[in-house]
Amino acid sequence: MTTDMNADSYVTEDGRTIGPVVMDLKNITLRFGGVVAIKDISFNIREGEIRAIIGPNGAGKSSMLNVISGFYKPQEGEVWFRGSKRPQMKPYQVAQQGLARTFQNIALFEGMTVLDNIMTGRLNKMNANLFQQAIWKGKAEKEELENREACEKVIDFLEIQHIRKTPVGRLPYGLKKRVELARALAAEPSLLLLDEPMAGMNVEEKEDMSRFILDMNDEFGTTIALIEHDMGVVMDLSDRVVVMDYGKKIGDGTPDEVRNNQDVIDAYLGVSHD
Amino acid sequence: MAQELAPAGAFASIPALLARNVKEYGDRPAYREKEFGIWQSWTWAEAAEEIQNLAMGLLALGINRGDHVAIIGRNRPAHYWAMVAAQKVGAVPVPLYQDAVVDEMEYVLEHCGARFVVCGDQEQVDKVIEVQDKIHHIEHVLYYDKRGLRKYDHSHLHWYVDIQEEGRVAHARLEDEMATREAELDCDSTCVMLYTSGTTGRPKGVVLSNRNIIESAKNSSEFDNLGVNEDILAYLPMAWVGDFIFSLGQAMWSGFCVNCPESADTLMSDLREIGPTYYFAPPRVFETQLTNVMIRMEDSGDLKYAIFHHFMDFAKGGAGEKHGMPKRKVTTQKKTLEQKIRHGFNYAMGIGFAAETIIENGIRLAFAKLRHGKNVRKHFKAKDPIGLSLYGGALKEYFKYRCGDVLVYGPLKDTLGFGRIRVGYTAGEAIGPEIFAFYRSMGINLKQLYGQTEATVFITVQPDGEVRNDTVGVPAPGVEVRIEDNGEIFYRSPGTFVEYYNNPESTADTKDPEGWVATGDAGFFDKKNGHLRIIDRAKDVGKMADGRMFAPKYVENKLKFYPDILEAVVFGNDRNMCTAFINIDLTAVGNWAERNNVAYASYQELAGHPEVLSTIQEHVETVNKSVAEDEMLSGCQIHRFLILHKELDADDGEMTRTRKVRRKIVEEKYAPLIDALYGGKSEQYIETEVTYEDGRKGSINATLEIRDAVVVGNTQGMAAE
Repeated sequence: MTTDMNADSYVTEDGRTIGPVVMDLKNITLRFGGVVAIKDISFNIREGEIRAIIGPNGAGKSSMLNVISGFYKPQEGEVWFRGSKRPQMKPYQVAQQGLARTFQNIALFEGMTVLDNIMTGRLNKMNANLFQQAIWKGKAEKEELENREACEKVIDFLEIQHIRKTPVGRLPYGLKKRVELARALAAEPSLLLLDEPMAGMNVEEKEDMSRFILDMNDEFGTTIALIEHDMGVVMDLSDRVVVMDYGKKIGDGTPDEVRNNQDVIDAYLGVSHD
Repeated sequence: MAQELAPAGAFASIPALLARNVKEYGDRPAYREKEFGIWQSWTWAEAAEEIQNLAMGLLALGINRGDHVAIIGRNRPAHYWAMVAAQKVGAVPVPLYQDAVVDEMEYVLEHCGARFVVCGDQEQVDKVIEVQDKIHHIEHVLYYDKRGLRKYDHSHLHWYVDIQEEGRVAHARLEDEMATREAELDCDSTCVMLYTSGTTGRPKGVVLSNRNIIESAKNSSEFDNLGVNEDILAYLPMAWVGDFIFSLGQAMWSGFCVNCPESADTLMSDLREIGPTYYFAPPRVFETQLTNVMIRMEDSGDLKYAIFHHFMDFAKGGAGEKHGMPKRKVTTQKKTLEQKIRHGFNYAMGIGFAAETIIENGIRLAFAKLRHGKNVRKHFKAKDPIGLSLYGGALKEYFKYRCGDVLVYGPLKDTLGFGRIRVGYTAGEAIGPEIFAFYRSMGINLKQLYGQTEATVFITVQPDGEVRNDTVGVPAPGVEVRIEDNGEIFYRSPGTFVEYYNNPESTADTKDPEGWVATGDAGFFDKKNGHLRIIDRAKDVGKMADGRMFAPKYVENKLKFYPDILEAVVFGNDRNMCTAFINIDLTAVGNWAERNNVAYASYQELAGHPEVLSTIQEHVETVNKSVAEDEMLSGCQIHRFLILHKELDADDGEMTRTRKVRRKIVEEKYAPLIDALYGGKSEQYIETEVTYEDGRKGSINATLEIRDAVVVGNTQGMAAE
């Protein structure tokens, strides 16, 4: 490959522009009591790229995502977002900065319809106060219309029109995953975190989901960081991959580089002890 | 001769009709499409502008007179506009089946020599790009849905809206050229080219002139009093002649509104939201809906269940035909006071009795439950309310129907999206008497018609009030029908096609110099009422080894009327007995399995279940009994049958895209099974190749059990006497 991946911005083989660093994680260490979940990890995420975090079970991937989304506070290290150091924040403050995420175990409101669930993703875009909401006048009505329109675009994009009015509890697993993605997408995030978006899916559903992730990145220019176990998916989708094992970073680079990294091979296939 | 008939009034082309509609109905809705959860609509004036811009854009791209413009996509207003835009610039639209695999698409695109292709979305664009490797006459590809196409090479690929924009800009420059081309259109210029589904061999391009389309649309619209207030749902494949006639021909002629669903998955809820007044569906759709209704009724409460069956039985007994049919009058937009009062009165008649019915039966059910406990459904039957017995005879029947309308028919029609239907048609296959009676008794004016692409749909239709399940009606206005000695049906009409494109031999084979066209179907006119009855495809009607008549379709249809049989293929030509392949209906049989605690993991497993086999055997034996009653066809009773381990599928070439069985291919593909049926074996191993939707192949294998069925009477020795 001739492109200089260290340049401020470069164009990938398939014609997407990867911009400067959006999120920079510097020497993150996270402990739970005596257990060290993440040990001195640094990596960055660049504008417009699809960044994968992989690793065996218990490697600390989800913890890493939780650090990024502000759910966990690392004991050591700094999180730099868009060129400035991020102070300690509550998750909702992080969300206001333009981060959205999905969860490994689906976290939707089961009793609400798909549409209502997606509307909750627009919460940060609504400013009407309780009184205005109650009498449905002024700001409230206008905002609802605007936000509904935005939601409908997401629904159209993810092809879930047919379940728009269905309560989430009645949906099969694959569709719930898609609804969760829709909710995250409705927040119009600049950085989207996906925690195992394809866990428990069949081949066809995985193919659909991969297409959606690529299209999202392509159409909206959303930067995506994802955790995934399916190697085929990760290698096909992502621009750069971080590999973690026992809380440490053991590899970082393009899918090809990572695939040929001896540490990574050892971590996945095991090392012989003779 | 058809070509000598008078031109279609003053309107010689679809663009001319469009201009008239803009003038007369300019601000009335012409197209609606559900997009982003809302029904977006375009008036005739707005639609005409969209079409004008696109046509200008096509001109700017350098489209020539007589070029073919292929249109591939689901039913969307933009795709209908592309057809009219093509006509405006003197080109010929060629709609294609959007679910066609690349091979099929390649054949059609090559055969028509399309220079322009209008695609719906990325899926279709990908297919066209794949085809372009082999055929090189495609110059420009337009697409409507931008998604996923950003990174494609755009040297010959254009966004539909960009082309419209270019057209708008180039307006002044191209106006004269456009006017000239539009003025050149006359009755004999080609309106559209449609490919037949190809039940036998490769699809053929049927060329239909403006006269064909406009005369047929005019005659049929007048026949059913279609007016500007109709609403239709455009959901059938655009490549099919029926959709072209309903959504373009008749819509343009009558000026009514064409509604396009949001996606194929939302069809049922969109249908309900629109509530079409004029509706067409193949029998299969009605069948599926009926199956769904019945399954859901099984799950309903005891009282609902009993009342539903009570009133449905009553309506099927003739009351529905008498009291339920919608008025033939064209609806005006707003209801007049009189209509409102009448509507209110009709309902008021029923509401009191309806309340009474519920209360009385509720009490009776409570007592019945005390006696029978959980088995109450078997023993409890709903009864008429006592109040009804005050009236006698005709009045009682009327009130009872109104009561049923409030309780059952009205809500059910509304749920199905049939609440406003004035005229409904079904065609393509025979419809089961049970299914037909069910819909008609609810007050849906469902009728049958018989037609084909070459006739611009209409050959025979059933007039209101003369509807029967086993006939297809009388010749449509302007159509002459005659029947040859061998039973084959011939027709001649203003809709008779011009020719098969680039295929003079087939044209000559099908259409004689006087304009009579062979349908390939065998049938006869009923002596009592002059209605046409179709037996089967003329070439499928054969002789059995002992000389008796063999009409497979006749028996297959009888079998398919059972909800748990999806498809049946009967063999017996030149043989001494008939045998059959059966496809079970996964929805119906799956529901049965669930109810009876039968575990199954796949279609194949369910199809091989001994209890399923036994049920199907019962059906086959009942059919045998009814076939035996017909003297001419009693030889067609089924002696042996098996249940196939996979559904017959268009992707495997076993069916056409319109879901008609390709008998020859099935016969070749499953030859070992047929040998086993006639060889007296009790089971047979088979391995079959299957094609997935994305073109990949796989294979499945199974050992199928073969059963013998009881036949009635002496069916084997008669010819020997």
